[in-house]
Amino acid sequence: MSTSHKVHGLMAEFSDGDELLAATRRAYEAGYRQMDAYTPFPIHGLAEAIGFRHSRLPLIVLLGGLTGTATAFLLQWYPAVIDYPVNIGGRPLNSWPAFVPIMFELTVLFASFAAVLGMIGLNGLPKPYHPVFNVERFQLASKDRFFLCIQSNDPKFDLTQTRQFLEDQRPHEVAEVAP
Amino acid sequence: MAGEQKIRRTADMLPPVVAPQYTVGSVSDKISEIVLTKKTPRPWYFGVALTMVISLMLFNAIGYLLLKGVGIWGVDVPVAWGFAIVNFVWWIGIGHAGTLISAILLLLKQEWRTSINRFAEAMTLFAVACAGMFPLLHLGRPWVFYWLFPYPDTMGLWPQWRSPLVWDVFAVSTYATVSLLFWYVGLIPDLATLRDKAQNGIAKVVYGIMSLGWRGSAIHWHRYEIAYLLLGGLATPLVVSVHSIVGMDFAGGIVPGWHSTIFPPYFVAGAIFSGFAMVATLTIPLRKWYGLEGIITIRHLDNMGKIMLATGLIVAYGYAMEVFIGYYSDNTYEWFMTTNRMFGPYAWAYWMLIFCNIITPITLWSRKVRTTPIVLFVISIIINIGMWMERYVIVITSLHRDFLPSSWGMYAGTQWDWMTYLGTLGFFALCLILFIRVLPMISMFEMRQLVSQYREDAGTSAQVALQED
Repeated sequence: MSTSHKVHGLMAEFSDGDELLAATRRAYEAGYRQMDAYTPFPIHGLAEAIGFRHSRLPLIVLLGGLTGTATAFLLQWYPAVIDYPVNIGGRPLNSWPAFVPIMFELTVLFASFAAVLGMIGLNGLPKPYHPVFNVERFQLASKDRFFLCIQSNDPKFDLTQTRQFLEDQRPHEVAEVAP
Repeated sequence: MAGEQKIRRTADMLPPVVAPQYTVGSVSDKISEIVLTKKTPRPWYFGVALTMVISLMLFNAIGYLLLKGVGIWGVDVPVAWGFAIVNFVWWIGIGHAGTLISAILLLLKQEWRTSINRFAEAMTLFAVACAGMFPLLHLGRPWVFYWLFPYPDTMGLWPQWRSPLVWDVFAVSTYATVSLLFWYVGLIPDLATLRDKAQNGIAKVVYGIMSLGWRGSAIHWHRYEIAYLLLGGLATPLVVSVHSIVGMDFAGGIVPGWHSTIFPPYFVAGAIFSGFAMVATLTIPLRKWYGLEGIITIRHLDNMGKIMLATGLIVAYGYAMEVFIGYYSDNTYEWFMTTNRMFGPYAWAYWMLIFCNIITPITLWSRKVRTTPIVLFVISIIINIGMWMERYVIVITSLHRDFLPSSWGMYAGTQWDWMTYLGTLGFFALCLILFIRVLPMISMFEMRQLVSQYREDAGTSAQVALQED
């Protein structure tokens, strides 16, 4: 099975999101784990069908937001109380209610950066080269075609058997993905 | 049960959010061909030339301002906040509709937003860019604008954290940054589509780099949707906070006509009102020129009309409350300010704003008016003018006659004020014209999702439709 090392995987093309979803579920039932599906728009349940359980992204955004809140409070508290205290009619130096608007703004700012950079980072982007782009028809994945790729690093992967499995899902076409 | 059926029937009678002939593939083609075509429409060049000339007028006005100082503007004591602040509030308000459409309507699952959100977000960015110019130029010495930010400077000074003007620096810069992030995240999958469809080698490389190598993986989409939804959730309170803080810039001062607790909510409503008017002003001609009537449908115009009507009524309530509080407060200065607005030297501005913002939007109660593009277009322009007049009235009439008659004065914008204001309109239009040529003005991936849902709902399987083309 030396050939299996020379390919990234096998890719099946479907013309409908529901067919892809059904095929992905059957592939998971058949025991395939190292696979990915590619679609022109988000399809609900597809990530779960591949075996993806939950994302750490919301936690990253929460931590980003809290960092923003703390940064903004310290940014205002330090000058107002320690570095440049101004006595205005005996009012408290640590006038925290007046610090709330900027604390809110920086919470949103930091959380937004956490959401965007977190999403890009967890997704492993930017990634200028990826083997799936070697498939001629894959450019339609950003238009109106749906793809399922079973990767050769899956322990169950076998060039002939996996191809047979994919053919059974009645795809439009099955292609080998050059690494 | 019967009520539910009735609602369903009314919903069926509404014009569709997207014309039924579109498929997942053809909707992408339709939107991307505007960008990827080799033949740039001739009127586009004309538009660029015209707005470029107007932008040059803006740069000229700014150049002369840097040379001479703010004395070339009409601002003086007692009216030290003239056109610059009027324009700042007007532009930032226009920007707010973009965030409202992209964030609040996303959270409320209003699918009709899909056709207009990208464009409205771009409008937000360019409007905020125009807005940001004014307070900076108004500083007098714009080259030391960085004094606004907290940093350990050699003067040993810090910003005044208890001032709404400092909050505003943070609010507007956060708003600009988050709007840009939101817009870019929305663009990533569409940039990948352009990368895959582009024939031109340079375009392919540029779109490829900008799309970060997006390949539409299911796991990526999963995280993407989480990030997009969270950004929507963050941008929603942000947009409210930004214009509330702009309202507090005024409410924090003790000038009659400014010192009012109604300002933050009334400013937010006014911002959405003027922003939707601007979205209507821009999309009505665009959908016509680019043949997008099947994507930006009559349903969108109808909905925008309804939002203008609702926010217009909130604004009208704000005006009524200002008059009522002026009377009910039993405060000499408040009541004088109120009557001076209505019958003083700037009465023309006040009645013009009442006409533009209260009388004109009454016509929006009629469905016929909301669904006739040309009429809605004219109304939207009147509202844009009205909202500019509103800020003019708030800034100028409040300042020109305050407590002491000895310090009263009159104000009028000079030619440099007008050149700067009209110049930003040209600059805004130039940015939009360049944007629609190089980036998809409608979110393609969201349209694909919408079309696929519609096809399933309609009982025609997407498969049949896809095999047709």
